[in-house]
Amino acid sequence: MTAPAADATGAAEAPLLSVRHLVKHFPVRSTGVLRREIGQVHAVCDVSFDIAEGETLGLVGESGCGKSTTARMLLNLQPATSGEVYYRDIELTRLSRRAMRALRREIQIVFQDPYASLDPRMPVNEIVAEPLRIHGSGDADRVTVVRDLLRTVGLKPEHGNRFPHEFSGGQRQRIGIARALALRPNLLVLDEPVSALDVSIQAGVLNLLDELQAELGLAYLFVSHDLSVVRHIADRIAVMYLGRIVETGPADALFEGPAHPYTQALISAIPLPDPRKERARERITVVGDVASPVDPPSGCRFRTRCPTFAAELDEPQRRRCVEELPELVIRGQGHPVACHFARLRSLL
Amino acid sequence: MTERIDLSPEADSAPPGSDAVLEVSDLTVSFPTDDGLVQAVRGVSYRLNRGEVLGIVGESGSGKSVTSLAVMGLLAGSARVSGSVRFRGTELVGASDAELTRIRGRHISMIFQDPMTSLNPVYTVGYQIAEAVQAHKDVSKRDARERAIELLEIVRIPSPEQRLDNYPHELSGGMRQRIVIAIAMANDPDVIIADEPTTALDVTVQAQIMEALDLARAATGAAMVLITHDLGVIAGQADRVVVMYAGKLVETGTAEDVFYAPRMPYTLGLLGSLPRLDRRTERLTPIGGAPPSVVHMPPGCPFTPRCPLAQPVCETEEPEPAPTTGPDHLAACHFSERLAGVEPADLFATHVTDETALAEFARETEKRS
Repeated sequence: MTAPAADATGAAEAPLLSVRHLVKHFPVRSTGVLRREIGQVHAVCDVSFDIAEGETLGLVGESGCGKSTTARMLLNLQPATSGEVYYRDIELTRLSRRAMRALRREIQIVFQDPYASLDPRMPVNEIVAEPLRIHGSGDADRVTVVRDLLRTVGLKPEHGNRFPHEFSGGQRQRIGIARALALRPNLLVLDEPVSALDVSIQAGVLNLLDELQAELGLAYLFVSHDLSVVRHIADRIAVMYLGRIVETGPADALFEGPAHPYTQALISAIPLPDPRKERARERITVVGDVASPVDPPSGCRFRTRCPTFAAELDEPQRRRCVEELPELVIRGQGHPVACHFARLRSLL
Repeated sequence: MTERIDLSPEADSAPPGSDAVLEVSDLTVSFPTDDGLVQAVRGVSYRLNRGEVLGIVGESGSGKSVTSLAVMGLLAGSARVSGSVRFRGTELVGASDAELTRIRGRHISMIFQDPMTSLNPVYTVGYQIAEAVQAHKDVSKRDARERAIELLEIVRIPSPEQRLDNYPHELSGGMRQRIVIAIAMANDPDVIIADEPTTALDVTVQAQIMEALDLARAATGAAMVLITHDLGVIAGQADRVVVMYAGKLVETGTAEDVFYAPRMPYTLGLLGSLPRLDRRTERLTPIGGAPPSVVHMPPGCPFTPRCPLAQPVCETEEPEPAPTTGPDHLAACHFSERLAGVEPADLFATHVTDETALAEFARETEKRS
């Protein structure tokens, strides 16, 4: 098996996880009896990134950009249409179910909705112990590990006999994290883990993730639509738009000097909780809604909403956006960006 | 009925010199349930001045939405509402449905979170906007349609003539919410109540909707009550802010007062729990515990079980909003003066894990790998 070539996202050598040219198409079927395939949703297109041991990669974008589909393909919960995912040097998109199950000791996932992801008929002790049981650890071992895990995430071990509905949303999300940690994975995929929580509760879960990472050396893929949360937790960030990564780089660099018009629009659209600063900000607004992933625009997928395309480019330049797909490469802004006319801007 | 409501501008019955369009005082809302009386709102008072934006912020269950439903008289019949809501001097609590109907949509209009539930799926949007115009003004169908086009232009909907013939499901979420805003401003209201108007939308669309709301306010001169859980939206929009917790107003003041000099520990903790886009935040300050049950509200300050400043007095005596840094900056805390110059991380613990348990877990699982 060939080791993946170094990638533009800039992780250190020998990454824990490498994603190469990942593609996912979903069929669109007609409503008739035949359910003919009449098109394809291009959910994820040619996505590549690396995650180093112990680091956090934030994957951000708006709904429908393909970030959750990408996360699911990493665990083979969703088969990839094409492309490869390497965990160390194991390519996992074509693994058998059995081989994949063994690998799940290493990669675990935490879902968004803590109300839907825990079995309502199972007491918390069993929910957390289940992965240990499946992967065959001894009974005595299991009891101590579960007890320590519950205490770690801030729950009383004596509450382990209770059922999920007896806990608040924040506590349930902690239970979900405890379950994901039970096998001591190296990589945790977190799919919008705090989006359903109120901010004062969300902060507790974010601090928990920080502290777990520091002690256990975990790597995180943190999927979220919330840029503020991602800036807080991620070392590096990849911004997705309509199935493609449009910009990626270290968190501070990306927020202080975004180069892709979409990243700029996203940062600009988020109001800061600081009245004087917020009212003095420069705003870049994009028009319209995200284009359909069934029939994505040719060339650059963002051009239909791009303020640069609409206001600053001349005809030959626009033709380039329409005809030529912008590659995700370093173009003089210090980090890779997929825009022919990338330009750093400071928006905070 | 004791008096006829006459709301023509000449008959403005508010005391002369008063700038208030909406005055809520001691508003209390409770719902009888099988488990007991749910006290959703407990004695909330605020005033909304002409043309200003009042932001009401609070987390789930704080009573911020119920407050505005009560103002609009939109709560279910089982709700017990007391206190006073005066719109330009006219009492709305206890007013008949017929009286309220003359005010709703004409003088006070409301925008809800989910545009799909406020729009009727079986009528075109043009029909629905024209209906709102014709409900309060005696105008021809053609004029109502003209007005609808004008309204859609104000909220920047491209090619409005064509959009009028669309049904709600044919439009995107952001477009639908702009239709709702157009309906809300159709009759040049004095007050627009917007309840989480951007919450269900993607951020780039959120920015478009906030812009549409600004345009609607500019076009009508309406004052706005903006209800949201998003402190960023409040910071950008609100002149004055009301912070709610467990059905109570716990802090109010100008946006500057509340964001730069919070005097209620809950507000301080809330600000400290926000990850920031504009700087790297090392530690967030979660607020431990959860809000109290609104069914069995304990005596004293509702924030006591989560409050790092709590003293015995907090468990017995509920503090009323009292002036702090200025006469209009109120906070409901016995010890609000102790918050002067205090940063969130000075007061709230940032560490959340049980370190010994975590170390144990690390050791137990280490031998495996």
